[in-house]
Amino acid sequence: MADGADRTPVLRLDQVVKDYGVGEARTRVLHGVDFTLQRGEFAALMGPSGSGKSTLLNIMGLLDPPTSGKVFVAGQDTSVLDDDALTRYRGRALGFVFQFHHLLPEFSALENVMLPMAADRGRLDDSMRECGSVLLDLVGLSKKRDARVTQLSGGQAQRVAIARSLAMNPQVVLADEPTGNLDTQTSDDVFSLLREVNLKQNVTFLVVTHDPRMAERCDRVVELVDGRIVSDRRQEARR
Amino acid sequence: MPFEWFVAIRYLRAGRAQTALILGGTTMGVAVLVFLTALISGLQRSLIAQTLSSQSHILVKAPEREARSLPLAAGTAADRVEKTPDRIRSIEQWQQVLASIERMPGVVAATPTAAGSAFASRGEASKSVAVRGVDDQSFARVIEIVPKMRAGTFRLEGTTAVIGGVLAADLGVGVGDKIRLATPEGRGDVFTVAGVFDLGNKDVNQRWVLVPLRSAQTMLDLAGGATTIEVKVDDVFAAERMAQEIQRSQALQADSWMKLNEQLLVALRSQSASSWMIQVLVVVAVALGIASVLGVSVIQKSREIGIMRASGTSRGTIQRIFLLEGAIVGALGAVTGGLAGTAFALAFANLATSPNGEPIFPVDLTPGLFLAASLVAIVTGTVAAWFPASRAAKLDPAVVIRYG
Repeated sequence: MADGADRTPVLRLDQVVKDYGVGEARTRVLHGVDFTLQRGEFAALMGPSGSGKSTLLNIMGLLDPPTSGKVFVAGQDTSVLDDDALTRYRGRALGFVFQFHHLLPEFSALENVMLPMAADRGRLDDSMRECGSVLLDLVGLSKKRDARVTQLSGGQAQRVAIARSLAMNPQVVLADEPTGNLDTQTSDDVFSLLREVNLKQNVTFLVVTHDPRMAERCDRVVELVDGRIVSDRRQEARR
Repeated sequence: MPFEWFVAIRYLRAGRAQTALILGGTTMGVAVLVFLTALISGLQRSLIAQTLSSQSHILVKAPEREARSLPLAAGTAADRVEKTPDRIRSIEQWQQVLASIERMPGVVAATPTAAGSAFASRGEASKSVAVRGVDDQSFARVIEIVPKMRAGTFRLEGTTAVIGGVLAADLGVGVGDKIRLATPEGRGDVFTVAGVFDLGNKDVNQRWVLVPLRSAQTMLDLAGGATTIEVKVDDVFAAERMAQEIQRSQALQADSWMKLNEQLLVALRSQSASSWMIQVLVVVAVALGIASVLGVSVIQKSREIGIMRASGTSRGTIQRIFLLEGAIVGALGAVTGGLAGTAFALAFANLATSPNGEPIFPVDLTPGLFLAASLVAIVTGTVAAWFPASRAAKLDPAVVIRYG
């Protein structure tokens, strides 16, 4: 058991099946996946290309509904929520970090961090500004608050994306190859930041990665092959 | 600031070239709307004003007599019923008729006229004229003659006459000169010219001789009668309806200016119709422009829209962001287009002026026009944004985040 994990399930998949296509072209991408993530965990999701990692991540992120099976986030059965409720719940309960930072280029670093708060409350106000500044402080970018996204380096942009994912104080942050697009040194820094946030703020992380070096630094490694979890082991993370 | 407004404004500001493109298109569209409407309505108003400068809104006269066939011997049939030649006839009890017309709602003024034809002569010169015996006070309320006096004053009493400018030139007379008026029946008198008018209509300026009602009655053998009652109403386009009302209630013949100038009205109506068609096409073109540019912008921003959706932005909010973009472009275009249209209209009005400095093409720039053009622009922008906005709202975040 890693530091911080307290055996409260924050994310639970129950027999999740996902099919794509219809009729003859129908293919099963996920074959009844059961999976539970506990509060404070820092887990890696690994697997070869085409194993269904992204599909699984989208289902966990409430971006894509499962064909059958259920997804519980903080105990809430998400299959009973309609589109608007699901969107609101997703905004509040989940944070996302993508391989490419996917910040909105029209907005400043601070405004990008404020986005989930503004979307949730339907308006922008000064309290969000303060909250966003604190998060930018946390990722070490307080000096870049008002910088345009286009003026940031890859590592800086990814830090802003991490700050954005934390804006609503989410139950889980889902990170899809967050360092996949960065050089080794920057990758290490960004990964260290994620880990630091996990330990200090007790934020739960699920990180999709191809990089065994990154996986070594996680408390738990889940391996997905051909739409099935083939191994799920807890480990002492390398610091 | 509401989230939708914040994002919409930022997107418009960031998308410089695209925004400039649709804003330019909307500006042009609104400018055409304002310019064309101002020009056409100004032109029509001036044409109607000119038509009504020497014409009352409603002309009331005694009904035409029905032609009746004489009793025929049995077995014979009339192969032709000929209308009796009508002499000048007075309206029966015109004073009561006048009073009841004046009481009608919508009637501004009414005046009795005794009209007939005569010859006006001075020395060797002799002209066929239309003698109109009028009561100067009420006549001036029906036909705006006072500001159109070129010489002398409009005052009729005893044996004074007020004549048109062309007739004055034809006869070579001016204020204070005497002319002789005589009917074909030989009755007549000598009148002193008290004033010369220019009512803006050549025929009227050449033929009209205004004399006191009493003098005309004597000269035309009408013995206290009036051949017509001329009526002015407050809404010129209600004239036909009111004429019919008078005809029904008074058993007299009442013709509105609209009926007497049917060709003009048909021309004005087709002019309005073609101008409408142009404006509708312009609005459609503007709408298509906005829709296509916003459509491209939605495609370009697919991934960002996906990120917003993943971050808790609802479909409705996404849709409103793009609808707002359309509405904002419409509103800004209304302002810039209103200014451009006004500038065009004023430039056009100043370009063509008559010798006395008045614009030949008067333009009607009213607050109502700007209000209507703004409304059209905002509605057009919003409606045009509907399709791209719905498309943006329907994007699947899982797909667009991965594949753009």
